Amino acid sequence: MPIDHGFSPGRRRWLNRTGTGLLALPLGASLGLAAPAWAARRENDAVLGEAGARHLLARTGFGGRPADLAAYAGLTRVAAVDRLLARPPTAPLHAPPADALEYVSPQRLKEMREEDRKAFQQERFRVGAEMRAWWLQEMIEADPSRALVERMTLFWHNHFVSSDQKVHAHSFMVRQNLLFRENALGNFGDLLHAVGKDPAMLVYLDGAQSRRESPNENFAREVMELFTLGRGHYQEGDIREAARAFTGWSIEPQTGEFRWRPFFHDTGVKTVLGRSGNFDGDQVLDILLAQPACAEFIAAKLWQDFVAPPGDDPAQARAIQRLAAVLRDSGYDLRATLGALLLSEAFWAPQNRGRLVKSPVDLVAGTVRTLDVTVPDALPLAFIVRNLGQDLFAPPNVRGWPGGEAWINSTSLLARKAFLERLLRGEDFVEPMRHFDGQQARYDDATPVMKRRTAQLREAFGQVGGRMDGDARFRLVAAWSAVRVDSSRLLDRFPDHRGLEAALLAVPPVNPLAAGGMNDAPTGLALIRALALDPAYQLL
Amino acid sequence: MDRRSFLFGLGAASLTVLSATSRAAPQMDSSRMPASGGAPDMPRGSPHYERLLVLVELKGGNDGLNMVVPYADPRYAALRPRLGLKREQVLPLSEAAGLHNALEPLLPLWRDRQLAVVQGVGYPDPDLSHFRSIDIWETASGAHETRSDGWLARAFAKAPVPAAFAADGVVLGAADMGPFEGPGSRAIALANADQFLRQARLAQPGGEAARANPALAHLLKVEQDVSTAANHLAGAASASPLKTAFPGGPFGQAVKTACQLVASNAGVACLRITLNGFDTHQNQAGAQAGLLRQLGEGLAALRAGLAESGRWNDTLVMTYAEFGRRPKENQSGGTDHGTAAPHFVLGGRVAGGLYGAEPALDRLDGNGNLPFAVDFRQLYATALDNWWGIPSRDILGGRFASLPLLA
Repeated sequence: MPIDHGFSPGRRRWLNRTGTGLLALPLGASLGLAAPAWAARRENDAVLGEAGARHLLARTGFGGRPADLAAYAGLTRVAAVDRLLARPPTAPLHAPPADALEYVSPQRLKEMREEDRKAFQQERFRVGAEMRAWWLQEMIEADPSRALVERMTLFWHNHFVSSDQKVHAHSFMVRQNLLFRENALGNFGDLLHAVGKDPAMLVYLDGAQSRRESPNENFAREVMELFTLGRGHYQEGDIREAARAFTGWSIEPQTGEFRWRPFFHDTGVKTVLGRSGNFDGDQVLDILLAQPACAEFIAAKLWQDFVAPPGDDPAQARAIQRLAAVLRDSGYDLRATLGALLLSEAFWAPQNRGRLVKSPVDLVAGTVRTLDVTVPDALPLAFIVRNLGQDLFAPPNVRGWPGGEAWINSTSLLARKAFLERLLRGEDFVEPMRHFDGQQARYDDATPVMKRRTAQLREAFGQVGGRMDGDARFRLVAAWSAVRVDSSRLLDRFPDHRGLEAALLAVPPVNPLAAGGMNDAPTGLALIRALALDPAYQLL
Repeated sequence: MDRRSFLFGLGAASLTVLSATSRAAPQMDSSRMPASGGAPDMPRGSPHYERLLVLVELKGGNDGLNMVVPYADPRYAALRPRLGLKREQVLPLSEAAGLHNALEPLLPLWRDRQLAVVQGVGYPDPDLSHFRSIDIWETASGAHETRSDGWLARAFAKAPVPAAFAADGVVLGAADMGPFEGPGSRAIALANADQFLRQARLAQPGGEAARANPALAHLLKVEQDVSTAANHLAGAASASPLKTAFPGGPFGQAVKTACQLVASNAGVACLRITLNGFDTHQNQAGAQAGLLRQLGEGLAALRAGLAESGRWNDTLVMTYAEFGRRPKENQSGGTDHGTAAPHFVLGGRVAGGLYGAEPALDRLDGNGNLPFAVDFRQLYATALDNWWGIPSRDILGGRFASLPLLA
């Protein structure tokens, strides 16, 4: 395979080598015409029904609102998947908070007076919360097709991990989020090249500081181990050599933009995965994209997020291979790949329903969506998902959130249930919170009871929630008080409890409710609450 | 078999649990007891979970040089013109090392030779990020290896804790599961025992495990774990209060909860107690003194509380933190992220004294940080191999020599 030796921020160079006609076709046609023999064609023409719509929208977009379920229930699988993948706008519904987009250079920070710097750090905490609330709000308000963009944005956030804990610049994190959004259903190769030059990534994996005299191997290692190939498909020597090629990709500290620094770059010959040349970073990324292991690695990761956890089932291994072939043959086209995944037999197989554990975002945003909860301001929910173990913009380490069963331990399970119970306690649930700081009284009039209130805040929103102070604290409480559960719409749509079960649970409840006719069988909101507190509600 | 723990198992304390939950109290199942009793360093048979391990996390990265002070080293005084402690400000342990005077409550333990001070604990190629370095410590991994399962979760998966225990691990003073994080462990966080008991009523135990769906099976296991722990703890709450006086403040209260839990005989293999606030980049002197006072008073109270319920001789306490701090003080009267640091190991069977190596202030690395002398995984190996009798090699991913810390 020839390698382009000139430096050019080449887009799709790998496509020229592997490209097929699939990309050029409109998606519907491509899925219809190119549907491989293994796709179960007959079922794909069947109408989804409510359970099918629930499954599709839960796995692709944090759950559907009652109106979405109704709209999708009458579609065939092919039509539904086509509709989901029809080019949704990737720009966010609401612009990110302006404060979060503001870049503060290290120089400016250094020149601040001590007290200004302190104030700035305090402000950072608030802006960090706003940024998280913004993304959650996008997830909550998205229509099904946008919700898939949101889910894929979260997928890439957990794949190309950067964390605000190290990056320490909200503007970098928000810009990275916009990059993930723009490429959410685009081309994996384009995304990989863009991520390599992304300022958040250049800080997070130390690329910005890497110089030819002592190349930093952090990005080179993770790009092979976690972003493209997986362990076992490269040697330590490949990492060392690739690290040399990535030198020179840096940041302009005054503006926070990507900057190419030729004086940092090692111009010598490097040997990566058996190929030698005076490579730059883009060329090394192309070498990685040309490895067969790359598509397999990404396909397996998509499978794990959308279909079933990894296992030793040979049928599953074959299905992942077929998905990898679609990814590779399409030149890393993500829409074509997701189309194939969503029309695969395994995606719809009854034995794969309820096999995934809801992430905190699935649980919180999903509950809000499926129960049609009114959330004017998602700020409290940002603290709740963090408390449940998924602090958006701050995955625990470069591997991201491990997910699956690791989401559930005694603490997180009880915190999940406490959230659901608090949300679904009844129409009066807001009262204790509404009087928490008093609608009229400001937070600082209420110091005598502050301690108890802080404890309440902690219990509802976690340790960090308890640290919210001043106006931010007031807003947190006010926002939580404004959350409204209107169960009537859901109950009107699903008057009998079997229908409600099917709309809310991926598998039958572990603790079946007393059948109708008994006096103490729960009804109304109590019925919804009982279903939400069943262990089965934690599954996807 | 250890006579003390046998008597304890049949003791009056267990009756509360028996009546409260109609479950067998821990340590009563004779088939689970070690086949042969004996010296703690010669384990045979099943693990000695009748011995308690208590981990104390000094969150934020404690400044080791001002905790165990190399007061006689002129380089120390040169690196710390403002923060350095003088000879008369420390409690000398040797000609070279002295404790910060806020740790005076630990002196009785030192005199009774139940306090081991292990100097220079760290690991190769140290990471200076809080998040990354605490991951390395809590997953017992190398600096270039990323794991997500805690070292104790792996230990409990390999050598299961008796089912009659309330939990494998209990976390106090923090929300994260730290070294207990992982699929194998039954760990609960008791930031607040009342809150746990209140929330535990939402658990739904007893669902039939669906083997075909591992995710559901895992959920049902956790629902059951919560109920089991809550049943035990409800019994603990009604047990008679301890006479030991515990210090105020969150750390003292966490120590109190720990002692009550142990006294109730609820059964737990390991407790992790977190003391927060050691990230002292500025104005360190007063802040660290306050923290060390809490630490010293808290550990002394832990000893008294556990001795009151007859468990001190079955207890091994170890401190840990993500890193120590930089020898050279910074411009803000604080210290920045560093590497190796001293840690305390204490307990009724600990062979007190100084271990490890004095801080090599003449051999600082490129960042101005200390080299390590003892790998932190050697401390873990000591707990696994010599305390519990669980082969550490598989759990720690390699051979780490244990330290002769147990008498």
